[in-house]
Amino acid sequence: MSLWIWNLIEALLIIGIAPLMTAFVKKLKARLQNRQGPPLLQGYRNLIKLFARQPVLASQASWLFRAAPYVIFAATALAAAIMPVILVDTPLTAAADIIALVALLALARFFTALAAMDVGTAFGGMGASREMTFAALTEPAMLMSIFVLSMVAQSTNITAMIDMVLTPELTLRPSLAFALAALVLVTIAETGRIPVDNPATHLELTMVHEAMILEYSGRYLALIEWANQIKLLLFATLILNLFFPWGIAIYPYTTAILIAAVAWLGKLLVLFVLLALFETWMAKMRIFRVPEYLGLAFLLAILGMLTHYILEVGV
Amino acid sequence: MNLFDLLLGTPLITAVIMGVIGHTRIATKINIAASAITLVAALGLAYQVLQQGSFTAHGQAFFLDAYNVFLVSLTAFVATTTAIFSGPYMMHEQQIGRVTSNRLRLYHSMFQLFVFGMYLALTTNNLGVLWIALELATLATVLLVSLYRTPAAIAAAWKYFILCGVGIALALFGTILIFATSSEVLGHGNDALTWTLLYDNAGQLAPGVMTIAFMFLLVGYGTKVGLVPMHAWLPDAHGEGPTPISAVLSGLLLNVALYALVRCKALVDGATQGGLAGKLMMGFGLLSLLVAALALHRQRDIKRMFSFSSIEHMGLMTFAFGIGTPLANFAGLLHMTVHSLVKSGIFFTVGHAAQAMGTQQIINIRGLVNHHPGIGWGLMIGTVAISGFPPFGVFTSEFLLFTAALHTHPWAVVPLLLGLVVAFAGLFRHVQPMVFGAVPDNAMPININMLPVYVHLGLALILGLAIPAFLADWYQTAADLLHGAAR
Amino acid sequence: MQPALLQQWVAVAAAMMLLVVFALLAQRHMRALLRWFALQGVVLALTSALVAFVANVPELYISALLALILKGFLLPWMLWRIVINLGMHREVEPLVNVSVTLLIGAALVLFSFYVSLPIEKLSQLVTRNTIAIALACVLLSMLMMITRRKAITQVVGFLAMENSLFFTATSATYGMPLLVEIGVAFDVLIAALIFGLFFFQIRKTFDSLDIEHLEDKH
Repeated sequence: MSLWIWNLIEALLIIGIAPLMTAFVKKLKARLQNRQGPPLLQGYRNLIKLFARQPVLASQASWLFRAAPYVIFAATALAAAIMPVILVDTPLTAAADIIALVALLALARFFTALAAMDVGTAFGGMGASREMTFAALTEPAMLMSIFVLSMVAQSTNITAMIDMVLTPELTLRPSLAFALAALVLVTIAETGRIPVDNPATHLELTMVHEAMILEYSGRYLALIEWANQIKLLLFATLILNLFFPWGIAIYPYTTAILIAAVAWLGKLLVLFVLLALFETWMAKMRIFRVPEYLGLAFLLAILGMLTHYILEVGV
Repeated sequence: MNLFDLLLGTPLITAVIMGVIGHTRIATKINIAASAITLVAALGLAYQVLQQGSFTAHGQAFFLDAYNVFLVSLTAFVATTTAIFSGPYMMHEQQIGRVTSNRLRLYHSMFQLFVFGMYLALTTNNLGVLWIALELATLATVLLVSLYRTPAAIAAAWKYFILCGVGIALALFGTILIFATSSEVLGHGNDALTWTLLYDNAGQLAPGVMTIAFMFLLVGYGTKVGLVPMHAWLPDAHGEGPTPISAVLSGLLLNVALYALVRCKALVDGATQGGLAGKLMMGFGLLSLLVAALALHRQRDIKRMFSFSSIEHMGLMTFAFGIGTPLANFAGLLHMTVHSLVKSGIFFTVGHAAQAMGTQQIINIRGLVNHHPGIGWGLMIGTVAISGFPPFGVFTSEFLLFTAALHTHPWAVVPLLLGLVVAFAGLFRHVQPMVFGAVPDNAMPININMLPVYVHLGLALILGLAIPAFLADWYQTAADLLHGAAR
Repeated sequence: MQPALLQQWVAVAAAMMLLVVFALLAQRHMRALLRWFALQGVVLALTSALVAFVANVPELYISALLALILKGFLLPWMLWRIVINLGMHREVEPLVNVSVTLLIGAALVLFSFYVSLPIEKLSQLVTRNTIAIALACVLLSMLMMITRRKAITQVVGFLAMENSLFFTATSATYGMPLLVEIGVAFDVLIAALIFGLFFFQIRKTFDSLDIEHLEDKH
């Protein structure tokens, strides 16, 4: 019973901290560009402001347009609940494996694209088509790199994967290195960061994700923005806990959980510093180069699979 | 000093000397003299093998048995006659400005280095050194193929370099695989690459690994033999270089590559006892024969046409060695000899014809028998000889091959005959108007020396009519040796 | 260190070799290509030294040193000099559909695994797992030679193939005898020298180093 409570706390942790983390990245990037940047709590203030406002809908918007933000937020929040953050073995993690997680995120993306096309604007259609093209390439890459992990762990359950990496003997696996590289490239594409998509752009023709949510306002926009922030935090946690899970609590003892929470926050900070540095250093790629980039991610994932079979399984 | 050091040392030292004085008038004489010295050494070594059987030199580093000593003698002989032919030929080329004195130096020193590489490949006992020597021979000839610096010559040399480079790299992989399994039997040193030791212990080598190794070796060394489909470099390289180089490439280097392949086949047969190696060789040989015979018809350049004829004959030889019975091996060895002699003779003649008419295009060479009867008749007789007409040696070896094929694989006789007939038709259809057609106006008088051609054709005739007893015994010993592995 | 860990270090080295060869396949700039080629030589030397340590074969240290000097420094430097002399260091090779090439490369890795299985089953060496990777590197270098347009990238492919063959010898047999290794290295050096001479001839005759100009003239 108490495990369910821990699971709920984990989910609320991700959902609650997400706006803070996104604001942290924004602040870092601003500082790197010699600006002050918005304060760290600005994310929350934006959400509160948006929730208070009345949404404005186009006259031809259907029920889908109004329902989509809820579906998106629910799917992303559920995915966040599946992901083990500070405790390895939670009930939802045991119930749903990593493929379910990927499927939930795909569901959210699906509804975003539908909603974008629902109102019939040009930018909505453009954003949706771009997003779906990228999705067609990121999905295989992400699944392939996750399969590498599942092959090594002999299971698609996230808990089993984390346990496998936590084994005490030092084992070097080049296949995991390849899978990590592929997953990092995929994360950047999925969460819409530079060099794939600029989250801060206001030029519609350069938008991919922003173009899809251009028509939203008020509480709908709040839900979608929040879901986006949760997605970034979710992917970051995925990378950290699958490849660098040291510190995570195996049993639900309070001290272990506290240590796990501190470790998690620490690793997140490092990861987001690296992300900010990377985003400031690189320029956004032209859209027609993105398939090449995603092809590279897919290739790295395939290499991970091949090196696993060839080098690690043995004859 | 013993004959063996003389054999290897002379070309090497001459190559260095030629690098300095290769452009002078005396260079051609030195070339001939050095080749003659190596011929004497080779014949001496052959006599030694005849008397006392096979022996090793410098410990186990070099090995001479019936199979390679006759090839060494053949190489030395053809190298000498080529040197004799190349003297006036290259002087003429220098006169008309196709080569500069720098390039003449390069030509002479690379010629000797190439011959050294071939001797090293033929006499070494170490599979690794065999690879190195073949690569060295290839490298020595690459710069020679592009000697004239025309766009076509440079393109041909580049193709030659890249394709043979890739091929020989695959052969290295095959050699590594052989070493991988032999080092478990013979230890991790040079012993595991020594052919004589490998041959004696062939039964202990892992058959699976040896099969895979042979496939790589077949593709790799087969590229250098000119087997289809790895032959793309051959017509270009043999067609664009100076004629003496075309002669030695067609007549000698292809033989050495086939020698390397057959040595490896002997090892694989001992290890696998399955005959897969032989079947693969037969397949590639037959394919090369048929494709080359058909391609002959479409050629417009005389040298390219005859280089396709070389591919056809190498295919025949590969087929013969693939069958593997002593009779087939005998046929293959005899064919190697006569093909070398006749083909290089033909290339000498073709070279003179091209010089006389100023072009290599078949359509522009006509009526040779009228203004240069020596060249005309030489070309006609040479073509007759290479197409397998009696009483020349090629007829004898092909007849023996058919007999051997009838014993073991009767179905093969039909495609063999077909290929030979098609090739004959192709050659004659082009050569006939060249020799007997109407005389054009632009024929130049040139200083020719047809003696090497007549000597070669004469030898081929003798080998066809009446093989001397010692030579027949020689071939028989080698044939049995090669068959012996497939017990 | 326990044997299992040593074997994993060898596996990591092999994975790095594979990565470098794929990187070579994907490069478009001359400078970057030559840098990756030099890196391949260095990784090769390190791998050989590692295998020498793991398998206790002191002869291999000498081969590793030879590889480092020749393939890590001398050959890339020679190629770099040629590229500078020909004025090609600013040139970019036109897009040869990198993505498709890389995917074909992945298929080649699978193929070499299939071919090497019987060899790996029979081998007793510590490095037997890496035979498939070594063969894959050879085939990928060959792919590089086939799919490129400029003469110099074909040459880099050829030299990368020789490097991969050295790696094959190390993984399948703990290295060939020293005499043979030195002979092969010597041959490669001469080949590189001849390539250099060739580039000048090609440039002089065709005014460009695009292979299209060397295509079939018959």
